[in-house]
Amino acid sequence: MLYKTITKDNFKMMVEDLMENNEVIGPKWRERDTEGNKIYRFLKLNNFEELQMDYTRSYSSPKNYFLPFKEDIATYDLKDSDWDQQIQYTIHPRVIVGMRACDINALRKLDEVMVKSIYPNPYYFARRRNTIIIGLDHEPLEDCFCRSMNADVAFHGFDLFLTDIGEKYFVAINSDTGYMMTKRFGGQEVTEDDQLQYKQVKKEIESKFKTQVDVSIVPELMDLEFESEVWKKWGDKCLSCGSCAMVCPTCYCYGIEEQVDLTFTHATKRRVLYSCNLLDFAAVAGGHNFRPEPHIRLKYRYYHQFRGFVEAFNQSLCVGCNRCGVACLAGINPKAVIDDLIQAEKL
Amino acid sequence: MSLKIPHHDINLEPFMSRPPDFNLKFARIQTERSLKSQVIAAIRLTDLEKLFHIRINDPLEREIFTFLPGQFVMLELPGCGEVAISISGSSSNKEFLELCVRKVGKVTGMLHRLEAGATVGIRGPFGTHFPMQEMVGFNVLLIAGGLGIVPLRSTIYWANEHRTDYKNITIFYGARDPGQILFDYQFEEWRKIYDLKMLTIVEHPDESWQEHVGMITDLFEEVPIDPDNTFAVVCGPPVMFKFVCTHLSELGLPRQRMFVSLERRMHCGMGKCCRCNVGSTFTCLDGPVFDYWTVMNLKEAI
Repeated sequence: MLYKTITKDNFKMMVEDLMENNEVIGPKWRERDTEGNKIYRFLKLNNFEELQMDYTRSYSSPKNYFLPFKEDIATYDLKDSDWDQQIQYTIHPRVIVGMRACDINALRKLDEVMVKSIYPNPYYFARRRNTIIIGLDHEPLEDCFCRSMNADVAFHGFDLFLTDIGEKYFVAINSDTGYMMTKRFGGQEVTEDDQLQYKQVKKEIESKFKTQVDVSIVPELMDLEFESEVWKKWGDKCLSCGSCAMVCPTCYCYGIEEQVDLTFTHATKRRVLYSCNLLDFAAVAGGHNFRPEPHIRLKYRYYHQFRGFVEAFNQSLCVGCNRCGVACLAGINPKAVIDDLIQAEKL
Repeated sequence: MSLKIPHHDINLEPFMSRPPDFNLKFARIQTERSLKSQVIAAIRLTDLEKLFHIRINDPLEREIFTFLPGQFVMLELPGCGEVAISISGSSSNKEFLELCVRKVGKVTGMLHRLEAGATVGIRGPFGTHFPMQEMVGFNVLLIAGGLGIVPLRSTIYWANEHRTDYKNITIFYGARDPGQILFDYQFEEWRKIYDLKMLTIVEHPDESWQEHVGMITDLFEEVPIDPDNTFAVVCGPPVMFKFVCTHLSELGLPRQRMFVSLERRMHCGMGKCCRCNVGSTFTCLDGPVFDYWTVMNLKEAI
C-alpha cells in the first residue's frame, strides 16, 4: 500500500471534482432523533457542504449501494404462451465518501459470498467494480465493538482511506484510480512528522474502544448453548420485524418476487432483501414452517453470523457496528446476547 | 472384528476421464438467466402430482445441461415465480427432463394448469448428488416414503443403466394409501428387466391392495441387510429419516453410507438467499443430498 497526505482544502477540491461527472454518495443528515442527535444516512451529495466528515454513525449501512433493498434482476416480455427474458448488469460509476473501516470490512465479507463463491452474483459484482470507495477513520462510539470483531482496520477493499491528522488527511492508497486522484489534487509525500502524528491518532483511536465482546469461543458456544434459555429470553422480546437485517452491513439474504403488469405483456423478477427474523423466512408451501418461533429465528440469525459463516469463510459475519442494537425496537443487542451466552456457559 | 477404514479412490472420479480445462475456474455466469424450455408433456399421475417432460429449447444449452441423480433445478414460470424441483428422470436422457410436481402452493398450482407447448424457465442443475461412483461394487438399498420416490427415481434409472456396477438392488417404497403410489406402471419393468427387489407398503390399504401393509420399517423384516456391503439412500418426509436411519444404524450400517435428501424453502439455489439455511450450511450448496453423519451434525436438519 502507498501512503500520501493531502490537505483538507485539496480534498474538498477532489470531492467537488468527482461530483461534477459522477454520483457521489456520503454521510448526510436531515433529521434529529428525540434526544436531538443528528441522524446520518448515506445519500447522494449535491455539494461538499452536505458531506459530514465528522459524522458519528449512519443509521443504516452503505451496503444498500451494493445490495439494494429492491432490485429488478430480470424483466420479461410475455406474448401468448411464449416469453423473452432480459437481464441487465449496467451500473453507472459511483463514489462513496466517508465509509468506515467496519463497513469496508463488511463489503469484503460480502465479497466472499458474492464474488469469490462458486456462483458469483453479477449484479453485486457490477456495483462493486464500478464504485470508488473513500474510507474515513473515526473515534469509536460507546457501543462500537468492531475491534473485538477484528474489523476496526481496513487493509483492502477501498480506493483511498483517510485518517484526520489535523491540517491534513493521511491517505492510504489501494488502487490506481485512487493514486491518480491523489496525484491530481496535490498529494504529498509522507514526512516523518506526518507518520508520527498518524501513529498517535491511531493509538488514540485504539485506546477509546469501550465495548468489548469476547468472541473467541462464540462459534463453539453456538453449538454448546444451542438449547440454552438465553435464546428464549432474548427471542421472546423479538418482534420479528427484521429491522436488524435491514441496517446490518453484512446481512444479504433475500426473497424473489415475480409480478405481471396489468396488461399481461410484461413481467419482472424482483429481488427484495429479507430478514431471517421474519415469520415466513423458512415457511414452505403446504404450511410447514421450519422456524415457527421468534426465538428460533433469532438464534439462527446469530448461528449464521457467528457459526455458519465462520465454518464457511473462517471469519464471523458480524463486524461489530452495533447498528442492529441501535435499530432494535425491543432492545436486543449483540453484546448483551453474547455476554449472556458466555455467562450461561460458565454456570 | 477390526474396523476397516473406507477408501475413497479419487482415481475413480469422472474428472479422471476428461482432459484438463484450466480455463474453468470460478467462471462468471449469468446466474439469473433461465434456460428457455418447453413443456412437451404434462402427465397426470394422481390428483396432486403431475409429471412434466421439459425440453430445453436451445440445442447448445440442452447439450451443456447435465446432472447427476439427486440434483435439483429451479423451475420458473415468468411472472408467477420460481420453485426448486428435484429431477426425476434419467441423467442419460439428453432430450428432456422429467420433473414431478405436487400441487401445494401458488407456483406449483399454476404449473399444474400448464399443458404441452407452454414455455417455462430452467436454472440449474444445483446441489449435491447421490454418490453413484462410491456405491460401485456394493449392494444398494433405496428407501422412499411418499413423494421421496421422485428424486429416487433418477437413482433407480442410473442403477438400471449401470446394473452390472452394483450387487443387489433393493427398493422399499412406502405410502399412506395405494392411491398415492407413483410410477407403479414402471415397477414390473424394474423387477423383471433390471432384477431389482422391490417392496411396497401402505398404511391404509384398500380392497385391491396385494402388497405389504404397515410402516416402512416393517419391510426390514422381509429382506436381510448386509451392513458391511450396503449403501442406503433414503428419501421421504423428515420423520421417516429418523426411524429408518436409526434402524439402519442399529443394523450396523455406517452413517457415512446412508444418504438422505433434505428439503427447504429456496429462492436462488446458489447459496445467496439464505432461505434454505440448515444448521451451519445451506441445503442448496452442501445438500440436498447429505450423508447421515452430516445430517446428525447439522442443527435441526431433521
